[in-house]
Amino acid sequence: MRTAFRAASALLVSALALTACGSGGDDEPGGTASAASCAPSSGPVTITYTTWIPGIENVVKVWNDKNPNIQVKVQTGPNGNGGTYQNFFNQLKAGNTPDLGHIEYDALPSFRVQDGLFDVASCDIVAKAKDQFIPWTWNQVSFGDDKSAWGIPQDSGPMALFYRADLFEKNNIAIPKTWDEYAAAAEKVKAAGGYITNFSQSDINQFAGFTWQAGGRWFANDGQQWTVNLTDDKTKKVADYWQNLISKKLVSTVPPWTTEWDNAYNSSSAWTWVSAVWGANSIMSGAPKTAGKWRVAPMPQWSAGEDVAGNWGGSATAVFKSSKHPYEAAQFALWLNTSEEALALLNKEAQLYPATTAGTKYSYLGNPVEFYGDQKIYEVFAEAAGKVTPDFTWGPTMTSTYANASDGFKAAVSGSGTLEEALAATQKSTIETLKSQAIPVKE
Amino acid sequence: MSVAAPAGTKIRESLLSRTAATLVMAVCTVYFLTPIWWLFVGASKSSEQFTSTNPLWFADFDLFANIGDLFAYRDGVFLRWMLNSVLYTGGAALIGTVLAAMCGYALAKYRFRGREVIFNVVLSGVLVPATALALPLFLLFSKVDATNTFWSVFLPSLVNPFGVYLARIYATASVPDELLEAARIDGSGEVRTFFKVATRLMFPALVTIFLFHFVAVWNNFLLPLIMLGDERLFPVTLGLYSWNTQVNQIPELRGLVIIGALLSITPLVVAFLFLQRFWRNGLGAGAVK
Repeated sequence: MRTAFRAASALLVSALALTACGSGGDDEPGGTASAASCAPSSGPVTITYTTWIPGIENVVKVWNDKNPNIQVKVQTGPNGNGGTYQNFFNQLKAGNTPDLGHIEYDALPSFRVQDGLFDVASCDIVAKAKDQFIPWTWNQVSFGDDKSAWGIPQDSGPMALFYRADLFEKNNIAIPKTWDEYAAAAEKVKAAGGYITNFSQSDINQFAGFTWQAGGRWFANDGQQWTVNLTDDKTKKVADYWQNLISKKLVSTVPPWTTEWDNAYNSSSAWTWVSAVWGANSIMSGAPKTAGKWRVAPMPQWSAGEDVAGNWGGSATAVFKSSKHPYEAAQFALWLNTSEEALALLNKEAQLYPATTAGTKYSYLGNPVEFYGDQKIYEVFAEAAGKVTPDFTWGPTMTSTYANASDGFKAAVSGSGTLEEALAATQKSTIETLKSQAIPVKE
Repeated sequence: MSVAAPAGTKIRESLLSRTAATLVMAVCTVYFLTPIWWLFVGASKSSEQFTSTNPLWFADFDLFANIGDLFAYRDGVFLRWMLNSVLYTGGAALIGTVLAAMCGYALAKYRFRGREVIFNVVLSGVLVPATALALPLFLLFSKVDATNTFWSVFLPSLVNPFGVYLARIYATASVPDELLEAARIDGSGEVRTFFKVATRLMFPALVTIFLFHFVAVWNNFLLPLIMLGDERLFPVTLGLYSWNTQVNQIPELRGLVIIGALLSITPLVVAFLFLQRFWRNGLGAGAVK
């Protein structure tokens, strides 16, 4: 499987290079909006929808039963970076994309720069529904431009602090409310024989979530060109903070999403995890021995009295430009991502956390969760969802940015270099990648 | 003394080299078998014990319960994938072997203009990795609207340049021209001669070609990845890979992927155990002649 993946990424790189040659530099986000109109089709239509959400067919069935004239056909595959995004790019080239595709927020700009997406803001139904979404999730699909939207927000990953209430209490450590308190607690946890958390060395998205909260802004686009800023003061602050914990060996650094990592939580060696709402499920299945001992608190703040959260993950349902039925596609995507019946099913099947304001308040998210000592943990996340700052933008080449940052982070964790140096190197390589794809970038 | 010494050295030497050889073999065996052992042990554990117990030794033996879970998951989609894999690989390897045999036999036994050119073109096909062909194939199938179908994976899997090469070498070596002459004189047509006489003589090589082809199609992961979007058409490799990419969000899939991986290697193991006798013959014959 590993070789296959490597082959797939090799192909991805070469195909990206090809598409980049094809599209030239004439089309960047925020440029002229597409003139395509969004009018209802006449007669019955069939829409294809590619996603990797498990159990999606049960959700789609509810729609199909009620809408005989707009039938949705589901196609599936591995997750986005596992191959589905590359398939989308291939299909863009061959002109046979599905009508709708599942695209994570951090990948949306790369499809936008390839001019692959339909601007759903031109659909009156979408423009009307805009206010239902949490403002920052809408910003993830509009890239900060009021007049356009390159998808319908689907889910979000507001972050909070998961912690072992029993261990903190037994060792008389207060639950940290600020990052300073968190670092102080880390010392005490170490003295008690544990690690306060595990720093994610290879999945950069956690670090991105920390930066998001701290106010760092890695990418910006002014309609003409991109600005890359992986080394602004806010990002540096976050990098220095974690570098300090790593250097003092106050955090463990096993690779995330491995059995080793699960085991660190299961064996009570890691005491907290600052993670997204879907992390609740990861702990539950990865650390079954610790049932009933976890609680959730708001994310630590950079200064006392502040109240900001970060986000980790989330995706949109995008309409591809070649769709013949953009209106109906948008209509289905809106139902999928705003209606209570669909959101409840998505949550049940795949633990998706909604991107609408009403969605975070639905009753099924107010239930006490046994694994977390019957705490109503989703209330904490609903609050966090409202406190994510709205203007974080992803770049158009996140795959390579992540890969480069991850290489640097792994080195830093094993003692050569620092996180800050890794980010500086990633800054440079990201600008090079943008230039090599003929995407205009400010140096 | 002087007579005994060389004999002693000789024995010691051979003992040394034999021990060394055995050691190398043992290391190789451990190296190759440990992952399979790990897989088997892992597949026999519940998800809870999977992370918390020794990865190389059993805890409670839940293998059959796990297999039951896997077969029940999403209406038994895994069984469907296994069936697809057998159809893609078994079907393609069978037809592909016949095609390769015919082609190799024709190149070996008939004289016609451009024979060597054709052979060399086929041979250069051996050097092109399947990975590099997947994207062009996708674009071609897109033109005729045939992506995301059974045929989009099956048809490209039928051809096997290495099989043609092997078949030609083997036909040259093992099918005597005199025998074909005799068959012709006895009134046998060319097609009949091929199936009744030549294939019998080429049988060990055909098994080799079949096995090579079977493994190649089974492992050709990128083609289905690029072509298919309908879960019901996936081969087992792609299906398990898809699940594995979702382990972060749906952690219970990890257990299913491990059991699925164990089950998915069984057809290959079975094929090898049954056919290894011929396989050895075929390889040896090809190598010497």
